[in-house]
Amino acid sequence: MNAHDEDRMKQLLRQALPPVETDAEPARDLWPAVLRRLDAEPARAAGSLRQNWFDWALLTGLIVFAAAFPATIPVFLYYL
Amino acid sequence: MPERASSVLDHFQQGDLDAFESLFRMHQRAVYGWILRIVRDASAAEDLTVETFWRIHRAHARFESERAFEPWARRIATRAALDWLRARRPETELTDRVLADLPARPAVDPGVAAEIRNKTAQAFARLPSRLRVAAVLAVVEEQPYKDVAAALGITVTAVKLRVFRALRLLRKDLERQGIKP
Repeated sequence: MNAHDEDRMKQLLRQALPPVETDAEPARDLWPAVLRRLDAEPARAAGSLRQNWFDWALLTGLIVFAAAFPATIPVFLYYL
Repeated sequence: MPERASSVLDHFQQGDLDAFESLFRMHQRAVYGWILRIVRDASAAEDLTVETFWRIHRAHARFESERAFEPWARRIATRAALDWLRARRPETELTDRVLADLPARPAVDPGVAAEIRNKTAQAFARLPSRLRVAAVLAVVEEQPYKDVAAALGITVTAVKLRVFRALRLLRKDLERQGIKP
């Protein structure tokens, strides 16, 4: 893709997704929702701890997989 | 005034809820606007603004009060928006309803057929979320590359690379559909 093609794609993308208004603001006051979210924090914190467990297990699995099949490492890096 | 702002940041860093509310009132619009640019859905942007400020509050002890609040908040907001994009099914994104509800500046060129615009938007929604975020902020919203890089926690070169890959994949997708961009 040359520079001209790149410019054309940028132009097309701007046509497909018009930019958002710069002065956009929320339709409601979000502070009460933030306070409710803070009240629910302990429950969510426990949930995130469980999620961390899963993340670590996934990471370990990936490392084992990469060690077993090193040829797949460039493929993973490409999609990062 | 900067002295007062610095005091608010110090109090926030120590976990003061009033200071957190002051920062929320000062920055919620900017954070909401930034998220809206990424997710392009007003209702989701509101929910993600709440999620972002919850994450900000949770991380208050890690905030360095001598640094600026807004870039830090923007980075957390970008992560929250990326999480949301990843969790969402691509085929439900950027529907006509979402695009119609979006408070967008008029930028439509009648010379570009509506069908091509729709197919471009749908093809864009199928791209990996990391590429999409870089492209939408840098190309569509024309944000400075250094701001996009700071929000994503990557280098300016990496942003340019992501934008290039996004455009190349978008072009390939459109060509597969028989559209010559």
